[in-house]
Amino acid sequence: MVNTSTPLKAESKDLNFYYANGHQALKSVSMPLYENKITALIGPSGCGKSTFLRCFNRMHDLYPGNKYEGQIVMHPDNTNVLAAGVDPIEVRMRISMVFQKPNPFPKTIFENVAYGLRVRDEKNKRVVADKVEEALKGAALWNEVKDRLNDLAFNLSGGQQQRLCIARALATDPEIMLFDEPTSALDPIATANIEELMSELKNKLTILVVTHNMQQAARVSDFTAYMYLGEMIEYGDTDVIFTRPTRKETEDYITGKFG
Amino acid sequence: MALPISQTKASVLENLDAVRAMIRRHKRNDIVFATIGLLALMLGLLTLLTLFVNLVMDGYPRFNLQFLSDFPSRRAGSAGLLSAWVGSALIMIVTFLTAVPVGVAAGLYLEEYAPKNWFSDLIEINVSNLAGVPSIIYGLLALGLFVYGLDLGQSILTAGLTLGLLILPIVIVSTREAIRSIPVAIREAAYAVGATKWQVVSDHVVKYSQGGILTGVIIGMSRAIGETAPIITIGALTFIAFLPPSPISDVAPYLNFEWLSSSFTVLPIQMFNWLSRPDHAFHINAAATGAIIIVVTLLMNGTAIYLRYKIRKNIKW
Repeated sequence: MVNTSTPLKAESKDLNFYYANGHQALKSVSMPLYENKITALIGPSGCGKSTFLRCFNRMHDLYPGNKYEGQIVMHPDNTNVLAAGVDPIEVRMRISMVFQKPNPFPKTIFENVAYGLRVRDEKNKRVVADKVEEALKGAALWNEVKDRLNDLAFNLSGGQQQRLCIARALATDPEIMLFDEPTSALDPIATANIEELMSELKNKLTILVVTHNMQQAARVSDFTAYMYLGEMIEYGDTDVIFTRPTRKETEDYITGKFG
Repeated sequence: MALPISQTKASVLENLDAVRAMIRRHKRNDIVFATIGLLALMLGLLTLLTLFVNLVMDGYPRFNLQFLSDFPSRRAGSAGLLSAWVGSALIMIVTFLTAVPVGVAAGLYLEEYAPKNWFSDLIEINVSNLAGVPSIIYGLLALGLFVYGLDLGQSILTAGLTLGLLILPIVIVSTREAIRSIPVAIREAAYAVGATKWQVVSDHVVKYSQGGILTGVIIGMSRAIGETAPIITIGALTFIAFLPPSPISDVAPYLNFEWLSSSFTVLPIQMFNWLSRPDHAFHINAAATGAIIIVVTLLMNGTAIYLRYKIRKNIKW
């Protein structure tokens, strides 16, 4: 069961989300996000798990007409990141994101990782270089790229590119890192690397990951939430969800009868 | 002829000959279309090539450096293009300096900042429409606005601004297309680390769309260099035996801008002028000028293709 001694990092409360076309993609979703834990979102395609994830860093604000209702509260400061007065850019300074397909900038390896620092007006070259090295080490990429930091990022393999994107998201010391199906474009070995990396990263930050791959959720996450048609069907300890789910729908999805 | 259903259900091996005949029949269409397509292509290309070769052969006697360094003259043999190509070059500088910043800024604004609603749709349609407006209309506009309204006179500045206006839609449209080709994932990656709109635009959008923008600019410029109608409308002279004051001076600040208000002529007008003379010797000059304009245009378009290749080499999407 949920260990109550674990501090809460963030929490969504009765979150509704509407796309510009009026479609309600999230229906009253409430879920905690525990600090230094990995929470996995699973569910069939179109169930709203990516939509939910992208609420946390206000990515939906990039497109006009999208509407949030409800709250996502961050702790310890109790900031509702969805509040009208909160600048989405400020939220993204605290919550970083890794995308489905590796999306490095057409710049050098170094500049990719340094970009978050540049955006934060970090001018000190020493600081930037140190942070880039630290982030690349944190993303388990340093040894592979330390001799070619000025190469273009596109010259890396897919798995390396994804770790570069993790380094980019890591360089700015985020409190929460969002992963949107981070391994769906990668081969099994690269996938294993990323999963291992996530398990290490949770010592530093809190992770929310969307995955299509149930084994992945079972392997890496501490908590799992099953979503279906925009609703949070079940949330709990990963061990419990995968062995003794309380809801019939969850069991059907996990055992492959559905989805 | 289609195979009977009963036969199509049988295995291919049992009806091998019929199946092969059918494939041959289907492949005939490939050959027919390839032939038609090749003919269509040749029709266009050969016509242009003939025209070019014809110009080169007619103008051949005048292909020497003197032709470029002589002023126009009453004697066809010693008439040259000096004032025309210098005029064209100076006007291109003004055109470049006005059309690029204005066009790129407008394209960036429309694509990145403008709210998407019926009004921006209307603007979009109009910008595309402007690209199709006959160039003489721009000439009339410029005559009213620049020559009389702003009192800029029949000068290089007026001509450069007019052509800048003329190619503005080309620059705007190519800027927008270049921007649109940047994947959403790259933008989102930049926003996700906390970038503002302007940081995304200046650090990413502008840099990755350079190739496309540059191509549009050069193609626009190569169109502008051959334009005649608007230049005549604003009152270019057809016979000029002097050069505008040099843009570079030997005293600080080493630049002077008197050339902007100088009167001028350009290559296509010089060509038109020679062509309208009864003396056949001048027609040779006209042909040589035509060939030179085509070569300059080709060179510009070639540069555009090369630059695009060079800039896009590091960008893979």
